[in-house]
Amino acid sequence: MTTAITRDYTVGFYEGDRPKIVTSRFEYEDSHTLDRYLSTGGYDGLKKALEMGPEAMAGEVKASTLLGRGGAGFPAGVKWGFTPQGVWPRYLVVNGDESEPGTYKDRLLMERDPHQLIEGSLIACFAAGLSQCFLYVRGEMALAQERIAEALNDAYAEGYVGKNIMGTDFSVDVVLHWGAGAYVVGEETALIESLEGERGMPRLKPPYFPAAVGLYGQPTIVNNVETLANLPYIASKGSAAFTSVGTETSPGTRMVAISGHVKRPGVYEIINGTTTFRDIIYGDEFCQGIRDDNDLKAFVPGGGSAPWFLPDQLDIPFEGREAGAAGSMLGSGAVMVMDSTTDIPEAALTLTRFYAHESCGKCVPCREGGTWLLRILERVCSGHATDADLDQILQVGESICPGSMPHAASERLGLEATPFPYKMTTICFVGPSAYAPLHSALTLFRDEFEAKVVPAPKRISIPVAVAGS
Amino acid sequence: MSRLTDSNVVLAHEIIERYPRRKSALIPLLHLSQEQNGYVTQDAMKHLAELLDITPAEVIGTATFYEMFKFEPVGTYVINVCQTMSCALLGSDALMHHAESKLGIKAGSTTPDGLFTLEAAECQAACTEAPTLQVNYRHRYRVTTDDFDQMIDDLRNGNLDDEIPPHGTLGRNRQHIPADKFVGAPDPDDVTDGPAWIPVTVGDDS
Repeated sequence: MTTAITRDYTVGFYEGDRPKIVTSRFEYEDSHTLDRYLSTGGYDGLKKALEMGPEAMAGEVKASTLLGRGGAGFPAGVKWGFTPQGVWPRYLVVNGDESEPGTYKDRLLMERDPHQLIEGSLIACFAAGLSQCFLYVRGEMALAQERIAEALNDAYAEGYVGKNIMGTDFSVDVVLHWGAGAYVVGEETALIESLEGERGMPRLKPPYFPAAVGLYGQPTIVNNVETLANLPYIASKGSAAFTSVGTETSPGTRMVAISGHVKRPGVYEIINGTTTFRDIIYGDEFCQGIRDDNDLKAFVPGGGSAPWFLPDQLDIPFEGREAGAAGSMLGSGAVMVMDSTTDIPEAALTLTRFYAHESCGKCVPCREGGTWLLRILERVCSGHATDADLDQILQVGESICPGSMPHAASERLGLEATPFPYKMTTICFVGPSAYAPLHSALTLFRDEFEAKVVPAPKRISIPVAVAGS
Repeated sequence: MSRLTDSNVVLAHEIIERYPRRKSALIPLLHLSQEQNGYVTQDAMKHLAELLDITPAEVIGTATFYEMFKFEPVGTYVINVCQTMSCALLGSDALMHHAESKLGIKAGSTTPDGLFTLEAAECQAACTEAPTLQVNYRHRYRVTTDDFDQMIDDLRNGNLDDEIPPHGTLGRNRQHIPADKFVGAPDPDDVTDGPAWIPVTVGDDS
């Protein structure tokens, strides 16, 4: 199965001397095979975990303060602890439904190193007493499906998955589950609904955490692919080795995809917490600057849902709290870069269209509001909008996210930052995601929106002239 | 005539067995029926309802939520051109216009020979390789208009048959759990005890 996946990311990937925790095998063309996995320390972490016992293993993960890599950044060990005592069975659902605009990391981890994900899932099951694992992979990722199916078949055959793993009393099935195309299913309760064979709509909260009430009403841990891919390292090398990389509040590494108008777009494993956006966008070992040496206009720091940053924010490190204080979020590790040639309203339109299209329809503010935002923005971009339409955007947004909205500071506009997060009138983040990036684009680049608006006098004069003639 | 074939019924039972509750197998089985027929037929949905002990209305209720399921025939090759931000910044609009004129159809429709369906798609998780498209959910990266033309010719001539199976086939392989290694998936209502490897005291580490 040769597929053109060896791209530029591998070129930059091995430049520089950065630690590789989850991408250590990416340099091998056969990184997805069991042979390669076993010859490069594969399943050592699980072996260690089995020796250590579940309590010690759970303690290691807690001590590592590994933060969830799906978007919310919640500590994985703490999440596991939310499972109620004595309630069985408990399940693991692996969230491989990566579809946030700009995000491209989980698919790579699934395609290039499926055994690492399987091992990580098994370690989680062992430590948290989860008796079955469902690997929910986005339907549109055919190659990832194939690679994981092959990896699971090999792992079952060799006794790494299934009954009596490595001859112990640890027995867990890992079931590959196929998604079928719905962004909202990345929300953990929607993921569970989908896994139960229902329409993938988020569940009403409370209960807030599937760890308490999840799949079939049972305690269920939902973890992102990248989060679990870190566990073999933590199990085999220990939490101290893990926390020695990155910062105290953001230990380890992160997979970041940088796309858009940069010279060398790619996926990189960066040191968490200390690497700045300037390093990523301009650094020699990363993206090497803006294409054609243009000026940077704006960038999305954390996936399509995130409010935008300006060149003013380049020196902010890739650290959750700092990004939040500056008016955005790190989300799922996706940076999208816009150079000086970018038409800002058009760029915002591509995101608003995405979220309007992906609304599941459960909450009115998202279902109706997202579509309204899209229609208004289409009117702006096609030159048919009025001044009032720009304020209308803010009014519709207010019904999705009441109160102050996060946005970045701008020296040019004399604007202070409004920090994350926002309030919301919807169950999940799809609704606010249609508005948050648009709100920040409109706040930071209102002049560009106004330039597309039909000037009021001209608009009024036409019907008057017709009426008088 | 488009109920699942006998061999697919065997597969369906194998898939159903992996889930603690039958309905969880619905989406995988919809994929299976789409693989068999190229799209999800009415008869197949009725058949799935029988297999899962639910109503046909429940099947269609779930199926219509998901974009990958088609309820009328589509082309052998479904081409999804990504339109979201990273791809849009690098020319996906122009690529889409080119695709429409090359194939002589608008996005959302199928060529008269039944070979190609063209669709506008949202983010395909290949943002660093923009602009991208997928053919039957197989990625093509940094697609130029020349690449697109070449790809269409190759698909017409069967040069990509090894790489890209006809629409409906999700993976060219499948997970199979050997009977002697299968732990089993009991209904959660029938389980009262914790798993064998968990000491009774664990679970209070919050």
